[in-house]
Amino acid sequence: MPKDHGIGAAQKRREDVRFLTGAGRYTDDISAYGQTYCVFLRSDVAHGTINSIDTSDAEAMPGVVRIFTGKDFEGIGGLPCGWQVTDKHGEPMKEPGHPVLAQGKVRHVGDPFAAVVADSLEEARNAAEAIVYDIEELPAVVDMKAALAEGATKVHDDLSDNLCYDWHLGSDQAAIDEAFANAAHVTTLELINNRLVANPMEPRVALGEYNRANDESTLYTTSQNPHVIRLLMGAFVLGIPEHKLRVVAPDVGGGFGTKIFHYAEEAFVTFASRQINRPVKWTSTRSEAFMSDAHGRDHVTKIELALDADNNFIGLRTDTLANMGAYLSTFSSSVPTWLHGTLMAGNYKTPAIQVNVRAVFTNTVPVDAYRGAGRPEATFQLERLVDKAARELGVDPIALRRQNFIESFPYATPVAVEYDTGDYVATMDKLEEMIDRPGFEARRKESEAKGKLRGLGINCYIEACGIAPSNLVGQLGARAGLYDAATVRVNATGSISVMVGAHSHGQGHETAFPQVVAEMLGIDESMIDIVHGDSSKIPFGMGTYGSRSLAVCGSAMVRATEKIINKAKKIAGHLLEASDADIELKDGKFTVAGTDKSVAWGDVTLAAYVPHNYPLEDIEPGLEETAFYDPSNFTYPSGAYACEVEVDPETGRVTIESFAAADDFGNVVNPMIVEGQVHGGIGQGIGQALLESCIYDENGQLLSASYMDYAMPRAEDVPFYKVDHSCVTPCTHNPLGVKGCGEAGAIGSPPAVVNAVIDALASGGFNVEHIDMPVSPHRVWKAMQG
Amino acid sequence: MTKVTMTVNGKAVSKEVSGNTLMTEFLRDELRLTGTHVGCDTSQCGACVIHVDGKSVKACTMFAAEAQGAAVTTIEGMANADGSLSVIQQAFQDHHGLQCGFCTPGMVMTAATLLKENPTPSEHEIRDYLEGNICRCTGYHNIVKAIMAASGQDVSGIAAE
Repeated sequence: MPKDHGIGAAQKRREDVRFLTGAGRYTDDISAYGQTYCVFLRSDVAHGTINSIDTSDAEAMPGVVRIFTGKDFEGIGGLPCGWQVTDKHGEPMKEPGHPVLAQGKVRHVGDPFAAVVADSLEEARNAAEAIVYDIEELPAVVDMKAALAEGATKVHDDLSDNLCYDWHLGSDQAAIDEAFANAAHVTTLELINNRLVANPMEPRVALGEYNRANDESTLYTTSQNPHVIRLLMGAFVLGIPEHKLRVVAPDVGGGFGTKIFHYAEEAFVTFASRQINRPVKWTSTRSEAFMSDAHGRDHVTKIELALDADNNFIGLRTDTLANMGAYLSTFSSSVPTWLHGTLMAGNYKTPAIQVNVRAVFTNTVPVDAYRGAGRPEATFQLERLVDKAARELGVDPIALRRQNFIESFPYATPVAVEYDTGDYVATMDKLEEMIDRPGFEARRKESEAKGKLRGLGINCYIEACGIAPSNLVGQLGARAGLYDAATVRVNATGSISVMVGAHSHGQGHETAFPQVVAEMLGIDESMIDIVHGDSSKIPFGMGTYGSRSLAVCGSAMVRATEKIINKAKKIAGHLLEASDADIELKDGKFTVAGTDKSVAWGDVTLAAYVPHNYPLEDIEPGLEETAFYDPSNFTYPSGAYACEVEVDPETGRVTIESFAAADDFGNVVNPMIVEGQVHGGIGQGIGQALLESCIYDENGQLLSASYMDYAMPRAEDVPFYKVDHSCVTPCTHNPLGVKGCGEAGAIGSPPAVVNAVIDALASGGFNVEHIDMPVSPHRVWKAMQG
Repeated sequence: MTKVTMTVNGKAVSKEVSGNTLMTEFLRDELRLTGTHVGCDTSQCGACVIHVDGKSVKACTMFAAEAQGAAVTTIEGMANADGSLSVIQQAFQDHHGLQCGFCTPGMVMTAATLLKENPTPSEHEIRDYLEGNICRCTGYHNIVKAIMAASGQDVSGIAAE
């Protein structure tokens, strides 16, 4: 019988009712009394010198309250980068300034250089059009190789060149050289991980409100991590102390990473509302989102695998160029390094690995974490490469993988991480069972009878999530702690509010988190509510990204609940005139072990707040506990994915015929929500593999800045997915044994799709080594023409 | 400014609007019916779908003045009279057909029109009909499943091993 309560129950989501009835409260649904509207004037060239900005005509227009330019932000901090990478020579990365409004130069299409604040949106738009500016266009660097060439135009004049850092990780040179010198076979692949735009359906919104009475600013914003924004904006940009700054992230319509970062618009509305003493609201248009939300991926890589005569992997080396865009977004520098290089071992016991990454400034929108962040790039390289090796060697791609799997844990990789647990054989076994591999040849024949080529693509993945152990990441350059926090407030009548640092923007925390507390206390979930998203209500936790909510914040919640149980047992012991060591908590009842003497949950909670018969000399009244939890390691979800495609040889069009995912997420709290997370990740991964691409022309013009130009997956582009999470190796170092499931689908799915396309083409006699994503009909057709 | 009169979710509404006020702005800003969402500026995403005289319309493609005399239904008007979730809304909850909830109002409104036109649509017909509605969270799996379930079809075998 499946459980219907507590950990493991597929409970329906309580938050759905408000979303299904139009009662959700997203940032744009909030209006403040007397609010003004803000419109940004953004650069329409990729690189230029601001010669002049004349706002005099615009200022005289109806409704205009004030117009701001970069000059208003002189002497005010720029947007900070939260991670300082040290390069291979021990030097810190180059860290250019990132002003809230451009000063002197604009560096990408969309770079804001002026902002109009007016009584209405229409008046703000009209006035923005009346600003007269002279921006002298300069040559732009877009391509990373060109940006690194001698004499290339510099994105930042005060830096020596466009190289942000040259970083490496892994085995020493001698070990790598020896592996490749001894290799019986070397497989080499050059590939691009295409630039993507995260595209949560809710565009970003920021509403700043200043209260002169207490000198407090409130920022309502579409954020995955309100406390991080409060810290970065308060301490680094505007110099507002934390106790005078409140950041609220209400219902947020999807994030996928791009709503982690601190953006100029947030700082602007907070600053401007203090200047004009009225609330200031900005709502992004979708076109604006394309040129101001941080983009994702955009790596160019050469990767080589050395195999011995028995097809064992003996060495791996990579050389990656990673696009940073024009400025360093909040976590940008960590993505190609510590979230990518550390994953290059994948599921394999390759003894010598060396990862080289050069991060490059270009005149494009800043690039930062997007669902998976570095780990999809690592997985794509490795799993395409292993597939290519199998094809070159004429061996079965699954057998080659199995032969090289890590099978004993813990396992310290050559790239700085230690996998605590996993069972890659089990997930591969499960996958093979799910996909009816023996039946594939018959399915291929059916496709051939229709004139189509059918391919099967397989891959594995490993990811590091549950971000992150603060001590470790501090040594690696993180400028923040990455613990999380929870406060469990038990009310007098026994109901509970749990204030958490994690933020739910689709993940269903309001449903899943109470299941954990309910299981621990033996009470019904309906007595427990989660409070999140408001820095004035929640403890200083770090928010939701990197599949960390349950593994890190959930662990804090468990620790706080344990403290509650300990104290409640003391109170119960007093009420029952027994030692608290003899008190057992079961089904919401405290019992003296071995007796029928008991008190109910509500009796204890009431006693805590009405302490008449209460040992005040030993125990404080009240029942509220906070815990901060800092993980001792990352968690390492893993799995095996398979995709079957049909390719139309006439047109090159690829259709996904089936998709299967066997994941090991450790323990699962709500399987319905976990499956939904995997579905969504696969949908985005198929989008990357087949459809999505953010395109700049050679002048740095953004060509894909609307949904008419950027191909988002639609319902017809994807199939039903088979997903399974029955292979469970619980995480060994957090109290729930959970690993995280939010990013897996996006990490694990792109190589399966591309491997399937290559397999389909091979079955038709087309010996194609690789096709870069998105695998569009044009690219497939061109590859078939040789 | 022109005066526009219509019914919205069964209630008579009469307001002065300017000629360029979009239906999305009218609903969200004038009537404070913020369940109708704006996710793009090119009429692609479908988060703003409402019913105008029983037909699905992207509210961002329509001026408020064009709704003169119309019967308009928004997501706020889709629940049963007693406030309980309608069959389609309930199916979305039962089958986890939403995550962040931002595209959801448009999905529910589009699904309602589909099921009126085609009471038992196939998987393919549902996917085809959702062409104008983008969801970034669910990978569409549970949306399609929820709509099939709302039409009374057995969905227990979908993507089963």
